[in-house]
Amino acid sequence: MIWALILIPAVCGILAFPLASDRLRRTLLVTAALAHFALVLAAWQIPLPFNAATGWLTVDAMSLLFLSICSGLFLAASLYAIDYLKRSPKAPIRDYLEGFQFGNRPEGIFIGCLLLFLAAMTAVIVSNHMGILWVAVEATTLTSAPLIYYHRHHRSLEAAWKYLLICSVGIALALLGNFFLAVATTAGPGQEHSLLLPELVKNAAGLSPTWLKAAFMLILVGYGTKMGLAPMHTWLPDAHSESPSLVSALLSGALLNCAFLAILRMQTVLVAAGMGDFGRNMLILFGLVSMGWAAMLLISLTDYKRMLAYSSVEHMGILAVGIGLGGTAAAGAMLHVLNHSLTKAALFLVAGNILAVYRSKNVNDARGLLGILRVSGVLWLAGILSITGSPPFGLFISELMILKGALAGGRWAVAGCYLAALFVAFAAIAWAGMRMAYGRPDTLPIQSKPYAESVLSVAVPATLLVGVLVLGLWMPLPLWRLVKAAAATLGGGF
Amino acid sequence: MMQALGEFLVILMILLNLRLMGVSRLGACVQTVAIQALVIGALALLSQPKPGFWTVALVAAATALKAGVLPAMVHRAMRETGVVREIDPLVGYTLSVLIGTGMFVLSLMAARSLQVPSAAGTHWLVSGTLFTMLTGLFLIVARRKAITQVLGFITMENGIYLFGVTFAIHEPWLVQAGVLLDVFAAVFIMGIMVCHINREFDHIDTNRLSDLKD
Repeated sequence: MIWALILIPAVCGILAFPLASDRLRRTLLVTAALAHFALVLAAWQIPLPFNAATGWLTVDAMSLLFLSICSGLFLAASLYAIDYLKRSPKAPIRDYLEGFQFGNRPEGIFIGCLLLFLAAMTAVIVSNHMGILWVAVEATTLTSAPLIYYHRHHRSLEAAWKYLLICSVGIALALLGNFFLAVATTAGPGQEHSLLLPELVKNAAGLSPTWLKAAFMLILVGYGTKMGLAPMHTWLPDAHSESPSLVSALLSGALLNCAFLAILRMQTVLVAAGMGDFGRNMLILFGLVSMGWAAMLLISLTDYKRMLAYSSVEHMGILAVGIGLGGTAAAGAMLHVLNHSLTKAALFLVAGNILAVYRSKNVNDARGLLGILRVSGVLWLAGILSITGSPPFGLFISELMILKGALAGGRWAVAGCYLAALFVAFAAIAWAGMRMAYGRPDTLPIQSKPYAESVLSVAVPATLLVGVLVLGLWMPLPLWRLVKAAAATLGGGF
Repeated sequence: MMQALGEFLVILMILLNLRLMGVSRLGACVQTVAIQALVIGALALLSQPKPGFWTVALVAAATALKAGVLPAMVHRAMRETGVVREIDPLVGYTLSVLIGTGMFVLSLMAARSLQVPSAAGTHWLVSGTLFTMLTGLFLIVARRKAITQVLGFITMENGIYLFGVTFAIHEPWLVQAGVLLDVFAAVFIMGIMVCHINREFDHIDTNRLSDLKD
């Protein structure tokens, strides 16, 4: 079962490279995504945790939550991709800023890498060994770099290069962290053992505290680079703004979570070793820095895809703060992962629709959405409300839970900074979002009557947003159980 | 005897790091990285008291990859882009070597404060690995050409790898093979991208890749 989750997309991905027919390849993409999603749904029926490969691969509560998000988003993105690839012209496209022509990379590479990317992310989520986890995280970087460089354009090339180099170096630090962790298992009084998570947790008391702390720091910085925590986030806005929108949606909604999961795995070891407080404080520090940094930059941005990217940095900060506070806040953070992924993916997909019509990423150019792209405009407005944490969307609930956790623990300073950053980000994003929804586009030569929108391009983000709305109004019991079980391993009392 | 050989190799590795910081010709840099990979392979074997068949095979595979395949790929990127030297680096060569010496002192101090459990490592070895990682990071930050940055990445990976095989010997072979495969793929993709950057921009100066900013 776990093997199938990894192998189906991997095999389909490899098959997609040489296929000659576009239609067949797109069918393959959707079939693989559907099969993956069906398997994940089936996994909900099996009592947790279950293993494969003698415990190296495991689906526990945390993996099931992240796996469901990843698989659901991938299905959404692949449906959107069908429409996107159909719309994207074979002829060279004119750059709106500099007026030169650029084309796209072959579709075989795009779809092949997309499927391999899913396989790598699945491997990250189900791996139960710190070494395999590292290999899989690096594999996600390698398979997604060509996706960012889908448009043959100098800006996407620059973004892909920065992404590849910064993330590879960051993740190399995490590898060193893994080795430090291995040293920690031999340095303490306990017996030497492997880096399998259950073994680490079981023997945590015997780990050498100094080496464990150093390992945690390296892993936090290493995977934190990939997760987009400030100040290691520099690749993120570039990669998110220059890649095709459906790739941005996957990067933001699924990939960042995978890196977050890697940090969470390390945190569970720290909690078991009785040093959970150290890890939590570090997470709060990085989280608040990310939130503050992103909020400050959000004010001055004029590129709406970059705005969404910085909002991801902010939300990754919120996740780190939530885990750092522990207890109710940790459960809130787990819920927030789900809410943020759904909303952000929907927003990026809608941004793709906007970009396709306006051909500009500037907030001041892309105005009057409600008049010109009727459905996308409404979705954009709903998404903006949701991402800023307004009721009745799910993000409101999860952000409130994190705040409640901070107040219940008497962390007034943390709560203050958290609220301030949230408020600034709310103002900045809402301002830009509203400007885009209303008004009239005056600089761009586009028709002012409504455009016809294809069904898939609006139905997919609409479904995601309805999901967030439902989560804000009603919490399904199995999901709540899962969230609680996932948060329980992170300590902090519940 | 073994001890003396080990110390000699560590010193050689340190000198190679300094050479990396001091030369401008990329060909020489690639050569240095390849020699360093050989030295690291030898050190990795020396550090094991009784290496089993799998350990030897893995170290041999890693060394072949890092001393042969990766430098060949970088060479190919060099040929295609026609870039042979690092002209006007962000940090000059003399200063680089001076900074390198400073970083070496830092690594020595860090190695002393880290208490390495196994008897296998002298603290020379720890400081050597730390210094190699720092050299790699320095090359990534202080040089303009994308190729030099790729070399910096390989160097950094080399240092981490040596630390891994020396002190974390019980890493299963599956993980080691996975790491090797990832490094290979990373350098492969980087090589392709260097060629694309060259074609798109007519240069591979990464400090001039600055369209994207806030």
